[in-house]
Amino acid sequence: MWLWLHKLGSPPHAYRLLGKMAPWFGWPALALILIATYWGLVEAPRDYQQGDAFRILYVHAPSAWMSMFIYVVMAVAAGIGMVWRIKLAHAAAAACAPIGASFTFLALATGSIWGKPMWGTWWVWDARLTSELILLFLYLGYMALRSSFDDPQRADRASAVLAIVGVINVPIIHYSVEWWTTLHQPASVTKLDKPSIAIEMLYPLFLMIIGFQLYFGWAISRRLRGEILRRERNAKWLKESR
Amino acid sequence: MDLQEFVRMGGYAGYVWTAYGLTALVLAWNWWAARRCESAEQLSAQRRSAD
Repeated sequence: MWLWLHKLGSPPHAYRLLGKMAPWFGWPALALILIATYWGLVEAPRDYQQGDAFRILYVHAPSAWMSMFIYVVMAVAAGIGMVWRIKLAHAAAAACAPIGASFTFLALATGSIWGKPMWGTWWVWDARLTSELILLFLYLGYMALRSSFDDPQRADRASAVLAIVGVINVPIIHYSVEWWTTLHQPASVTKLDKPSIAIEMLYPLFLMIIGFQLYFGWAISRRLRGEILRRERNAKWLKESR
Repeated sequence: MDLQEFVRMGGYAGYVWTAYGLTALVLAWNWWAARRCESAEQLSAQRRSAD
């Protein structure tokens, strides 16, 4: 077990493994996202209150979910890097940030587009929207902080602290709709015992979320390979592998 | 299914298609950026080992 973990943490091994794994994430992700898009846009029944505007749900909720999921992955990776001093974990955290930032932007943008016809406004400073915006700034701050150091090890440590402290924002986003009065609706899907959404509306949503998760798996594999190459630029295995 | 009806999205065409279009853009950007991140480093590693 420990030997296996040690092997996994070694850059050349991880580099090869990620290269092998990436297509296994990428192709199913593409297929699922296409199926879910068709299902969500065509097959799913129209909402009785929101009409076809509710179809924005199928891109908004998965991207909002990813924005939080990726942040937690980033913070856990940064934490592992800090505690066990594993460089690969820091590299993984660094690779998460731009992907997470893009999904956070997407969640905010699609939410805004959905808010206009339903709430009559593009933006309100309510708790859900504000905490999600803070998430975007956390990602951007993390990336800015990293790039402000020349020494990768110092960048790793400083940015890890930000990532770990910032994770407090994730439960705030999740519970914001319960703790404060918000214009944003409370959760209707994550109530697992009894979701307050029709089941035929739910299937494409789940497919899209799984598709986005796999897509993230693909993107992080590719980015992490780049990140490993950059950090290992003078390592022996790189020269030997050619 | 009526295509025109589908494109109209019950009067919400502008909102729905913009949201899906943006999603496609962000996914495409991620694809391009991740690929570039990997291949740029591969290229520079190749150059170094050629020296």
